[in-house]
Order: sequence, then structure tokens, then C-alpha cells
Amino acid sequence: MRLIVPLQGVVQGRGGLLLGSLIPCALFYFLQLYLKRNRSSDSSVDPPSPTGSSSNLTELQRSSSRSHLSRDGSIGRIRVSSLASSLAEPNDSPYYIGLEKVSEDPYDRFNNPNGIIQLGLSENKLSFDLIEKWISENLNQSLIGNDVTLNINAIATYQPCDGLKECKEAVSNFMSQMMGGSVNFDPSNIVLTSGATSAIEMLSFCLADQGNALLVPTPYYPGFDRDVRWRTGVDLIPIHCRSADNFSLTITALEQAFTQARKQGVKVRGILISNPSNPVGSLLSRRMLYYLLEFAREKNIHIISDEIFAGSIYGSEKFVSFAEILDSEDFDKDRVHIIYGLSKDLSLPGFRVGVIYSFNNNILSAAKKLSRFSSVSAPVQQLVTSMLSDERFILEYIEINKNRIRQIHDEFEARLSQLGIECARSSAGFYCWADMSGLIQPHSEKGELDLWDKFLNLAKINITPGSACHCIEPGWFRICFTTLTLEDIPLIIERIRKVVETCKSSA
Amino acid sequence: MRVIVPLQGVVQGKVGLFWGSVIPCALFYFLQLYLKRRHRSQPPSPPPAPSPEATSPPPSPLNSSEKLHEVSVLPRTLSRILLSPRGVSGPVYVSSRANSIAKTGDSPYYVGLKKVDEDLCHEIDNPNGVIQLGLAENKLSLDLVQDWLEKNATGTILGEGNCRELNISRIAAYQPFDGLMRLKVAVAGFMSQVMEESVFFNPSQMVLTSGATPAIEILSFCLADNGNAFLVPTPHSPGFNDDLRCRTGVEIVPVPCRSTDNFNISITALDRAFNQAKKRGQKVRGIIITNPSNPVGNLLNRETLYSLLDFAREKNIHIISNEIFAGSAFGNEEFVSMAELTEAEDHDRDRIHIVYGLSKDLSVPGFRVGVIYSYNENVLAASRKLARFSSISAPTQQLLISMLSDSRFTHKFIGINKLRLQKLHNLFVAGLKQLGIECARSSGGFYCWADMSSLIRSYSEKGELELWDRLLNVAKINVTPGSSCHCIEPGWFRFCFTTLTEKDIPVVVERIRRISEAAKSHA
Repeated sequence: MRLIVPLQGVVQGRGGLLLGSLIPCALFYFLQLYLKRNRSSDSSVDPPSPTGSSSNLTELQRSSSRSHLSRDGSIGRIRVSSLASSLAEPNDSPYYIGLEKVSEDPYDRFNNPNGIIQLGLSENKLSFDLIEKWISENLNQSLIGNDVTLNINAIATYQPCDGLKECKEAVSNFMSQMMGGSVNFDPSNIVLTSGATSAIEMLSFCLADQGNALLVPTPYYPGFDRDVRWRTGVDLIPIHCRSADNFSLTITALEQAFTQARKQGVKVRGILISNPSNPVGSLLSRRMLYYLLEFAREKNIHIISDEIFAGSIYGSEKFVSFAEILDSEDFDKDRVHIIYGLSKDLSLPGFRVGVIYSFNNNILSAAKKLSRFSSVSAPVQQLVTSMLSDERFILEYIEINKNRIRQIHDEFEARLSQLGIECARSSAGFYCWADMSGLIQPHSEKGELDLWDKFLNLAKINITPGSACHCIEPGWFRICFTTLTLEDIPLIIERIRKVVETCKSSA
Repeated sequence: MRVIVPLQGVVQGKVGLFWGSVIPCALFYFLQLYLKRRHRSQPPSPPPAPSPEATSPPPSPLNSSEKLHEVSVLPRTLSRILLSPRGVSGPVYVSSRANSIAKTGDSPYYVGLKKVDEDLCHEIDNPNGVIQLGLAENKLSLDLVQDWLEKNATGTILGEGNCRELNISRIAAYQPFDGLMRLKVAVAGFMSQVMEESVFFNPSQMVLTSGATPAIEILSFCLADNGNAFLVPTPHSPGFNDDLRCRTGVEIVPVPCRSTDNFNISITALDRAFNQAKKRGQKVRGIIITNPSNPVGNLLNRETLYSLLDFAREKNIHIISNEIFAGSAFGNEEFVSMAELTEAEDHDRDRIHIVYGLSKDLSVPGFRVGVIYSYNENVLAASRKLARFSSISAPTQQLLISMLSDSRFTHKFIGINKLRLQKLHNLFVAGLKQLGIECARSSGGFYCWADMSSLIRSYSEKGELELWDRLLNVAKINVTPGSSCHCIEPGWFRFCFTTLTEKDIPVVVERIRRISEAAKSHA
């Protein structure tokens, strides 16, 4: 008998049969391993999609076929970059599916009472009336100025991409006010960007190279995956926090995540934390901040602190900014970068104003150059400058806004509690981080997504499942309450109750 | 028995069997490790094909395997372990991208801009300051914009009507990142208008960004992977290189154009550049053209556009057509948009992408509004998502919706602006001509592309930069040297005349005269 195996030509003799089969098998195994890893990081989840595994194949075919085809002008589809082809796929995260679904069928008390209620988008509409009043009284003056004629050169012509000086000054004052006056922010350490989204991306570009990673405590804001990963090629490594600790960061988990990443050969360049945290709403203690600084120094890595909710505190705990600690003590400032923005604390997401506040001159100068891709339009900067400089308005706004958030939070949490749904302890932000693990069946991500689906399609409310926030424990949901009014709450509770009851009866 | 294993030729003797099998396996393992680390930076180079031919002797001799080994593993782990336990770490790591970005900006283009910033000429306060002829900005018709804003700004941002809650929501709340539909409709209308209604633009093929700079960047993210290349005819706009490359990792392959063709694109040059790039192993993914061109100001005629299209089709690559100056064409020549050609053909539009913006044609660069107009569904879908990093503030969008929908205003603006551009252009060219300086023929844009090669001391980039330096520091005018535009011929300069008024022209000409006379007497 004569068996011919793939490597027969190379491996001869009696052992040839064995080695000739073994070696190709081993090669295949590695190839497969390679492709698998490739795909899983490609962010497109469905394996049969032509993005991951077959992209090499299609490329091969194309180069050989192109020359034949081109002459008759009938060519297959033109290639787009691998980033574009993965982005062109429909959204697969429930977070974005939910948002899309709401935009198709939004609830309206009068026009669409059976529409979906949006509890997934983090927006604060509680104090829109204050903003509205200010703008309608001052818009004219802030755009046109005190003179009768409008200074066209201040708004129409090219301005520094990283923000107008006056605007930076106003923003830095506003930041100190928001943080209770305990810190001074230096306007020259500020780069303004079109929203905190681009601020985060820009920092990731500057702090890490492709293939490097940032540690991030879970559960985290679902947008981080897009902001950090998409274009920079930087990876996020989760630090798992648990309900037993009220989802606050622990030293052990941090060390563990870092060591594990290092074992895998991944270079960790920094820690990305949100403080107050999104979605949980807890604050980092002063001790934890000190510890993080120590840790970052020991490992020689950066800290990105997303403090975009700093002014939306409703609890009694006091918020401590990284800037405050760096102000008072002699730490290595170069490694700390703060993200801020007007979308949350001033409820102006439509204005797209984000802030990078860094002590590192290299990072600042790189970010200033990158800001040409994400600058804020000049008329809006003028508007923001005069709004933030109106101290009386700002003080009043901060006070009223906090009270309103507190009021609606307390009410909402109490009503959820009546349904038997408990929330994690929180003192800031726009969310309830609610434990519905008692309602899911099975106790896994699948059960969680089933429940989410019921909320979205039966109860018609869009909330964010914990898995979208990379929470390690199934059954937690992020519910944003700041788009509501007090009158909406009974309706929502009623819709939730229906789901709760069907879950309980089926169990 | 004689067993021949892949590396048999290299490793001989008794243990050859063992080493000959282990080494290739190890190589594959390292290759895999290496690719894994690198694959985010680049789409994987095709992995070893599973066919039997491919598994036959890996041709890599040992020394290259050692290199691979070294590159992938050694330096990484060592450095950190040494540093960290002591805690006396050196300066914290800044990404290599950030370092290279921080380094950009030492080109004369940026140096000049910075210098003007410090010492800007002002009629009364600083008559001896530097005159800005380097920044591509049009101030000729700002008065029209100003009039309109004074009359309408307040009402348009807040909107009129009784439903106040709705009004604040439309500027304060989250809006679609890729722009409000109403603004897209208005911008599409404006684009048709500046192109004299020769094309109709479909708002649903549009993505709005905060300026044309991010629009081009987003497109290159969508069309090319890290390490791929675009063909770009030179001279091109200064700073373009850095903008395109710094984050995308895309390469630029210059396609040199020459003064003998009035710096027009030739397909021969394109073809040559394409083949050379291919030989170097670069994958060319597209051509980026600017029409009307920056800095020269010439328009691409219909035949050139068709041959570009054929070229792109033949090579199966994309075309990005930057038409940001479309409404600033002041000559008699007709401007033809790439969209016009595409409209005529109903297939194979997937490769055409148009970039537009309001910075030039509406003279509102401060508003930061750019446009991606594409026929490719995938590119549109991806760009919409990427627009989250470059979206336009909602109040500005509201303002522009009303401004661009006011067709009486836009009509008047476009007409008057073109007349003023033409007048100033002619005056400026005539002024330079008095000094014996000729400009390339141009029919659009804000620039004179002037040939000052007779004034440079050595016919080289060095000579050009010397002249530039004298213009900046002695004559106190900031112009852009051709080398910043990657022009292949030395001695050309870009003068932006749209920041001037008519009465500035004699001053500028006088300042140049001093330099040119000095240069001539020196020669």
C-alpha cells in the first residue's frame, strides 16, 4: 500500500508517513489559532462574516482576478479598509441596538404614547429650562458682543484648533466651580475638543501605540469600546469589579489584571477610570486615588481620569478630583490626564465641548495638533464663554441641577425598590445601576439579554444591559433617569412591573 | 530510513531530524506571536497558506529567524521589569504616534504662521508687522456673512415659535453625530448652487464633520489600512501630509506635476508613480485630487476627470476628490465636479468620494463644517460612525440651516464673492508681473502660485528657503514656499491674496520689490 500524505514529497522513508501527516497538522493548528485570535479582536462577532477569516482569501482572489477583469471594466466591489468593513456591519451591541430602536419609535406623551421610552442615552434634561432661559436672554449679546456690530472675525475666521483662550479660561473656572472650588485649573493645560468622546480618543492615540492596552474597571461606559478601540488600535483590559464591593475598584483586582496582561505579553500603558463612575455612580475615595497614583508610578503608566460627571453629585459624599491631589502634593504630574466636558454637568451634549486637562507637555502639544480633527466651532465657543462667565447663572444652575437630580434619583430608586429591584449605592451621575439578577433565567448573559429584549420589545423601555458595560455579573442594568420628569415615573414603573410579573410567574 | 524534514538542508547530522522539525515549528510559533502583536497595526499579511507547497521548506535561513526572535520578544519584556520595581521610573511613556505628531509643524508653513501670530501687521497698531499671505482664508466677503448674521443669528439658533421646550432640545440635546438631516439638505442645495446646478447632491449620501480636515482623515481611515498608500499630485496643500498620515498610518506617494504642464495631472505620471509604489511593495488604495487645485488654482477638465476615472477603474482604486474650492472658481473655465461624471454613469460609483466644506466657499472656517459625499454604502456607514469624533455643534448647525436655506442670501453671496475674488486676483497677479514675477494660470481658489525661481540664489530647495526666509524676516510677508507643498521644482511660492484688501496690494508688492531688487543686484 502506498499512502500519500501532504508532505510526502519532502519527508521520505518509513517515518515519512507519520511526520508527513503530523507536520502539516501542526501547521494547520497554528494557522487556525492565528486566525481565531485575529478574528476575536476584530470586534465583529459573527464568524461567518467575510471580514475576519476570509479577508485574506478575498484579497488573494482579487489581485489575480483584477488584471483580467479590469479591461472590460466589470470589476467586483472595490475594497475598503478593514476598519471600514468592520464598522459597516450593523451594530451588535445591545446598547446601540436599543438606541437605534428608540430613534425609530420614540415615546411621546401625546403623539406616541406607546413608543419606546429612552432610558439608555445618558442625557440630562432636568435643567434644560435654566439653559433655555439663559440662552434666550443672552444669545444676542454673547454672539454679537456689547457693540452694535457683530465681530465677524471672532466667529467666522480660523481660530486656534485647540480652543479660544477666553473659552479655556471660562471652562477652567467652571471646572473649579463644579468641583466645589477646591482645585484651580490652569487654562494653559487645557485642550478643547468636539466632545469628550474625541478627547478620550485623542488621549488614547497619544498615550498608547497600536497593540498596547489600557486597564479599565468594569462595568464601564459602553462607548469606551468605540472611543478607545476603533481607530487607535489600543486594547481595553477589564478590571473586574463586583457587587460585593458595590462595584468599586479594588487593589487586588487591579494588580491581578495588570499581572495577567503582562503575562500575556500586552503592554499596559495606562488606567482609564471614570470618577464618578459610569454606570454605577460611585465615587473614588481619596485613599484610592493616592493608591492609583502610587500604582501608576510603580508601573510607570498613565492615568486617564474621566471626571465628566464631577458636577452631577447628589449624594453626601464629597467628590475628589485627581487635580486636587496633584495640586496639593508632590506627585509625578506627567502621568495624569483628566477628561471633562459640558455634555453632562451643563447638560449641553449638542454643543460638543470636551476637555483634555493634562500636566504633560508632550501630550498637550500632540493633542493640540490633533485637535484640528475635532475642533469646536467658534460661534459655540463664544456662546459657551459668555455662559460660563456668568457666575450668578452658573452657581444657581449647579445648585438647582443637583437638587433636581437628587429628587428624581431618590424617587426613582424608591419606586424600583418597591418592585423588589435594588440599586447599587451611588452618589453621582444620571443612572440607577439596578440589580435584576432575580428576574433572569438562566443566570447568564443570555438570560440578561432575554430580559433586556423583553424590556425593549414588550415593555417598550430601552435600558442598558450590564453586559454592554462589560459587567462580569449578569443581571445588572443601567437605567438613566435624567431624561424623565417626575410625572413619567409611574408609567415607567408600571411598564417595569409588567415585566417583573411575567418573569416571576414564569419562574 | 531517510527522513527529510523541512530544514534538512540546513541542519544535518544525527539530530537533524529533530532540529529540522522543531525549528520550523518554533519559527511558526514566533511568526504567529509576532503577527498577533502586530496585526492591529496592520491587517494580517496573508498567513501561511495551508497548501502543501507552502509548507515545503521555509526558505528563511537561521539568521533571519534570529532576527525575528529578537524583534518580537526580547526588548519588550526586559525594559519594563528593570524599570518598574524601583519606582524611579524615567519619564512616562508617550506613544510613538504622539512623539511624531509633536514633531510635525517645523515646516516653513507652520513656522511662518507662528511668526505672523506673534507679529501680525496692523494698519495702525503694527504697520511694520508681518503680512499674512500664508493662511488659506477668504476675508473678501465676510461683510456679507456679517450682515446676515446680525439680522438673523439670534432667531435661527433658538428658533421661533411657541414650543420652547422643543427649541432648547434642538441645540442642547444629543443630535446625530453625522449631522442634522435638515443641514444635509441645506448643504446639498448649497453645493449644487455653487456648482451652478450642474449636479444634484443626495443628502443621504452625506456625512458632516467638523471641517474638511477630519473629512479627509475619516475617508482615509475608511479606504486604506495602515501602511497602504494614496497617490497625491504635487504641489498639494501644505500640511496635507501630516494631516493625512499622523493617525491613519497611511503613506503618500507624490505624483509630481510640472510647470510645463501648468502643474496639471498627467496620467503618465500617475501610472509611473503607481508602478513604482507597487514595486516598493506598497498597496495603493486611491488617488486624492484637489479640484480646483490648491495651491495652483487650475481646474481639472472633463477629459482629465474621465481619464482619472478610467485609471482608477483599471487599477481598482478609489478617488477622493477634494472640491472645497468649487464655489471659488472665478475664471471663465467651467468647473466640473466628479459627481457630475458619476451621475452620468450608473455603475461603478463605489470608488468616488467627494470632500467639501464651508470654510472656503462660504468663508466660515471658524464654523468647522466639512462634508463627505460618497457613493459607497460601506464607506458611508463607517463614516457615520466615525463622525462621533468630529461632530459639529448643534447651535452652529441650526445657524447654518437657516443661512444656507436663505437662497437669496447664498445666491448673492456666491456671485459677489466670485467677482471680488477675480478682481483681487487680477490686481495681485498684475502687481507681481510689474516685478517680473509670473504666476501659473489659475481660475479658482485663493492663491497665486508664483514663479520666483529667478530670484533664488541657488536653484534648489535651499535657495528657495533662503528666499522664503528673507521674505518673512526682511520683507515681513509670510508666504508658503513650494517645498512645503512638495513641489518638485524649486522657486515657486504660494501667495494667498484673499486676506488682503485692494489697498494692501501696493504695500505687499513694495515689500517684495525690495527683496527682488536685492536679489537681482546680488546676482
